[in-house]
Amino acid sequence: MIMAVGAAGPRAEDGIPPPVICSRIYRRENGGRMGDGKQPGRKDDISIVLCGEAGQGVQTVEFLLTRLLALAGYHVFATKEYMSRIRGGANSTTIRVSNRRVSAYVHRMDILIPLSKGAVEHVATRISADTVVLGERDVVGDVPALKSCKFFNVEFTQVASDIGNKIYSNTVAVGALAGLLGVEVEHLSGYVRRFFAGKPENVVQDNSRAADAGYKIAVGLDLPKDLRLGAETDARIKSELLVNGAEAVGLGAIAGGCNYVCSYPMSPSTPVLVFLAQHGREFGIIVEQVEDEIAAMNMAIGAWYAGARALVTTSGGGFALMAEGLSLAGMLESPVVVHLAQRPGPATGLPTRTEQADLQFVLNAGHGEFPRIILAPGTLEDGFYLTQKAFHLADKYQVPVFILTDQHYIDSYYNIPGLDPGRVKVHKHIIETSKGYRRYEFAEDGLSPRGVPGYGDGFVVVDSDEHDEEGHITEDLDLRVQMVDKRLAKGEAAEEDIVPPELVGPEDYKNLVICWGSTYPVVKEGLARVGRDDTAMLHYKQVWPLHERTIDYLAQADRTLIVEGNATGQFADMIALYAGIDIDEGFFKYNGLSFGVEEIVNRLRDLMKDGA
Amino acid sequence: MEAKAFDMGPTDVAWCPGCGNYPILKTVKEALAELAVDPTRVVMVSGIGQAAKTPHYVKTHVFNGLHGRALSPATAIKACNPHLTVIVESGDGDMYGEGGNHFIHTIRRNPDITCFVHDNMVYGLTKGQASPTSRVGFKTPVQVAGVCAEPFNPLAVAIALDAGFVARASAQDRQQMKELMKRAVAHKGFALLDILQPCVTYNKLNTYQWFKEHTYYLDESHDPHDRARAFEKAIESDRLPLGVFYVNPHKSTFEDNTGVYQQDQRPLYERDVDFDKLQELIRTFETGA
Repeated sequence: MIMAVGAAGPRAEDGIPPPVICSRIYRRENGGRMGDGKQPGRKDDISIVLCGEAGQGVQTVEFLLTRLLALAGYHVFATKEYMSRIRGGANSTTIRVSNRRVSAYVHRMDILIPLSKGAVEHVATRISADTVVLGERDVVGDVPALKSCKFFNVEFTQVASDIGNKIYSNTVAVGALAGLLGVEVEHLSGYVRRFFAGKPENVVQDNSRAADAGYKIAVGLDLPKDLRLGAETDARIKSELLVNGAEAVGLGAIAGGCNYVCSYPMSPSTPVLVFLAQHGREFGIIVEQVEDEIAAMNMAIGAWYAGARALVTTSGGGFALMAEGLSLAGMLESPVVVHLAQRPGPATGLPTRTEQADLQFVLNAGHGEFPRIILAPGTLEDGFYLTQKAFHLADKYQVPVFILTDQHYIDSYYNIPGLDPGRVKVHKHIIETSKGYRRYEFAEDGLSPRGVPGYGDGFVVVDSDEHDEEGHITEDLDLRVQMVDKRLAKGEAAEEDIVPPELVGPEDYKNLVICWGSTYPVVKEGLARVGRDDTAMLHYKQVWPLHERTIDYLAQADRTLIVEGNATGQFADMIALYAGIDIDEGFFKYNGLSFGVEEIVNRLRDLMKDGA
Repeated sequence: MEAKAFDMGPTDVAWCPGCGNYPILKTVKEALAELAVDPTRVVMVSGIGQAAKTPHYVKTHVFNGLHGRALSPATAIKACNPHLTVIVESGDGDMYGEGGNHFIHTIRRNPDITCFVHDNMVYGLTKGQASPTSRVGFKTPVQVAGVCAEPFNPLAVAIALDAGFVARASAQDRQQMKELMKRAVAHKGFALLDILQPCVTYNKLNTYQWFKEHTYYLDESHDPHDRARAFEKAIESDRLPLGVFYVNPHKSTFEDNTGVYQQDQRPLYERDVDFDKLQELIRTFETGA
């Protein structure tokens, strides 16, 4: 860990360059009006946007289309933005299909399927002259934006009604998209039949006809040929996994031995609770929806005390209620794993949208001083392996461990080659106690062997008051100092397991772009598009404690830029405080939407321009 | 088994001389001894307050957590290892004030745990403010004009929520208290025993004498299976009935409802992840699955 400046921080006489005093130039992008509309190559990378009211079937089209495309041998990515309401409004899903791996959001819209009135307006800033819009004029209305793109009137509802029921209009849309993209018709009919298998035969038939009808309509239109996918497909994608962030975290929890989940529903973290509830019985996991987050945290600590491996999943507001319990975990030296999916605050904020603004809160939450570990997955694989690891670290070091995600991460998915649950072994760190056992027996690394009640002949005594080695309440102030030191020593011990930051790009970089958590894919793709051999990216999967190489990595760069989904540069502040290095520039977004590849590209080009 | 099996040996007890907590402590040990519970299989859970210090004075496992929060870890401890006997020691402020929401929802959940609430109608550890069960008119340095709020009625609330075992004892009658403690611990499901207890330092209204004059024993004519009658008894406030108000033995417990003990009685700490099954689950996410 890097210590605070002034304690054991970097000093010139240690051979480490002194902190560069430089005011950061913060650029706050709050419009969401980004993107230069420039087309990267079509054919090998097409973005499709579905937009409609909540409850209108956007998800059905998305589900069918992404699976169909993956089965046809293409890489797919999907993410969504939606309003905090059950019906109505305007929600959109962006799907990318490519012959290369795709895992980031793009602002660009090659194809738009508006399913409701107001849908076109909702995504108007993303429409370019090249955008192909397939929609029903009667539904979307006479919108000015449609004049500046390639609009094709397709009567999804009428076609569906002719087949037998207007509910098939979603399948008509899937068929039309398949036709537009040039997916082989056998793939379409085969997949639609498979998807509806088990339904009454007439439903299967009607959907199959609806898909065919949509396909034929699209083929009959004079559509731009550059939206047809290239012939380059990969049949192996069929056996790859299509998981979203919530599922990656949920699977990782199971792999980490999680057997107790207690939470209060809160967007955008709820899908993790739902996933584990769905699979709780088969894996012997106790899943309890509790009365509030206070109960959740206290229950989780009780579960760990009894030898279980508990998880709480929440968002910022819910975690605020857990802060008291978090401090209890610190005092009891209890392991606990917290999944926190961030959304914009303060208070209720934007419940269904994304942000990275709870980092400092998580770092500082809980009264008193005690160590903690904060992990922040970037890829879906990270979500799985880091969550699995979180249980391991919590148990090993007897500290709270956070998995810090956000709405973008939770709701995004793409195909990944696989997940190997055997990579991290579940090693239980509990011991069988004997008579005279003392829960807080002093040890050099602060780690006293952890017993659980009922396993052995000893007594396991834990107390939220300051306590002696046995665990009983004390006001011996010398003992107090020893106990504080003991608790903090565990944080130092945990340094040997810090996940190092990942450097992407040339090792002899001059420009360094720093990011953490869910922005990994978007920054990586942006950087690849800019294609400079003097610029690299440094991504943090573990944001606390900071890896000691931080100083070397940052000191090597002539220019540094940090990308964060918040308004104040919270991770930049952590680096300044704990590594003693000021990052030159910041690129912050906090309008509730995901970073797009285009805006990263633009920002990087600006950086180069300024720096050149 | 003798009560001394639960003795801690020489301990610096933090209670005032004459405190009602002493007879409660002594009686808890006797009750556990008479039930012949192995001390290494008992977990005493508490929050914060004078009553919540009780677990430190009994030789068992101890989880002394946060103010008002005892029921949440207690529920989880029992759920993760049903072989343990889990007893919560709490006070009126801890359980009915700070912990009120957990009190309500823990009763709904019905874990097989026992809850002893030392109810002295005043805050002790914070030096004499009103508690949720303080009587109307009770004057304190904070409630300077006397308490105006209606006292919280834990027994009525518990009966309204169909708690499986609801009883009240007086710390002055150790014999009855012991019998009630034993029945509460033996009850399968959530058991509430509210224990009237004088605070000799901060409550000059509800004294030993006051409790003597304002309590009476429920006799054999009271049918504890009659919920409506139990509720009537619970809302009596001039003289407070002592004994078992209500019993419902036909409720499934939280542990049973978790579903994880139907085929496997082992506590969770003895179990391992089924990686084959996890591999199968992962395969269901294959795009071609």
